[in-house]
Amino acid sequence: MLDAAFFRRWMTVTAASVDREAERLTALDSPIGDADHGSNLQRGFRAVTAALEKEPPGTPGGVLTLAGRQLISTVGGASGPLYGTLLRRTGKALGDAGEVSAEQLAEALRAGVDAVMTLGGAAPGDKTMIDALVPAVDALGNSFTAARTAAEEGAVATTPLQARKGRASYLGERSIGHQDPGATSAALLIAGLVEAAGE
Amino acid sequence: MSDEQLVGIVLVSHSAEVAASVAELAKGLAGGGPAVPVAPAGGTEGGGLGTSSELIAAAAVSVDRGAGVAVLADLGSAVLTVKALLAEGDELPEPTRLVDAPFLEGAVAAVVTASTGADLAAVEAAATEAYAYRKV
Repeated sequence: MLDAAFFRRWMTVTAASVDREAERLTALDSPIGDADHGSNLQRGFRAVTAALEKEPPGTPGGVLTLAGRQLISTVGGASGPLYGTLLRRTGKALGDAGEVSAEQLAEALRAGVDAVMTLGGAAPGDKTMIDALVPAVDALGNSFTAARTAAEEGAVATTPLQARKGRASYLGERSIGHQDPGATSAALLIAGLVEAAGE
Repeated sequence: MSDEQLVGIVLVSHSAEVAASVAELAKGLAGGGPAVPVAPAGGTEGGGLGTSSELIAAAAVSVDRGAGVAVLADLGSAVLTVKALLAEGDELPEPTRLVDAPFLEGAVAAVVTASTGADLAAVEAAATEAYAYRKV
């Protein structure tokens, strides 16, 4: 079973990997985006860890809804409401339980990913974070490690796609050949599950 | 009609200057009717390009006169942040609507319509209709 401490670890290890990878995320965002993905997410996840330290919620759902709220209010770019909605909706789906199973997490995360698709209007293949998240959620039934692999493969698979959402979509065919920064950061979030579980 | 509550308008742009200028232009073109409450919410809190949910929520509260708030947004994160705030449920005055409209033309249509004392649905319809005004 996964308790609030696991979910706080998930957020803090994700914040650390966003810190480590911020430059790479921004570099990926510079040919097809506005070159701020790394710094925006870094600011957001730093706010998440600060908020979790200040008032650590006692339930898995509480951790994720607090984290989602922080991302919406501090990121400043489109990744704020998208990641914020992902975590908040996942947190709400987990409810007030003190501990949740891996299966419940998979189910809640699917609700979160569905909410992101509704908010942004993106589907798989649009070259967005969805291309990492959907395969990750599908693989989460097997293990965290399988989800991490699926997310990383999903992120890499965005390279030959043409962007149909966000600023990159204005570039049309010129967006082809670049790995999507949002799918790349989504893979970091999913990789955080493995690290939080100590696997 | 002087004591009628007017619909409030919030203009959300990636740029503080764009939001403020469009607000000024729309108010200027609204003429001599009652002053419509219009608030810009542009850029991030630090003054950079981007979107701030805090600025949006504060702007919406500042224009709320009880008749509802129409929000117009320019691009990407501005649209998504407003949608996320609306989904939150308790961040914006009730009722607040994200209006599907071109930013500048929609703002002018919304402010002019609101200045007549029109309700939120009429303001929304006028702003949305601005998409139909072809220029050539």
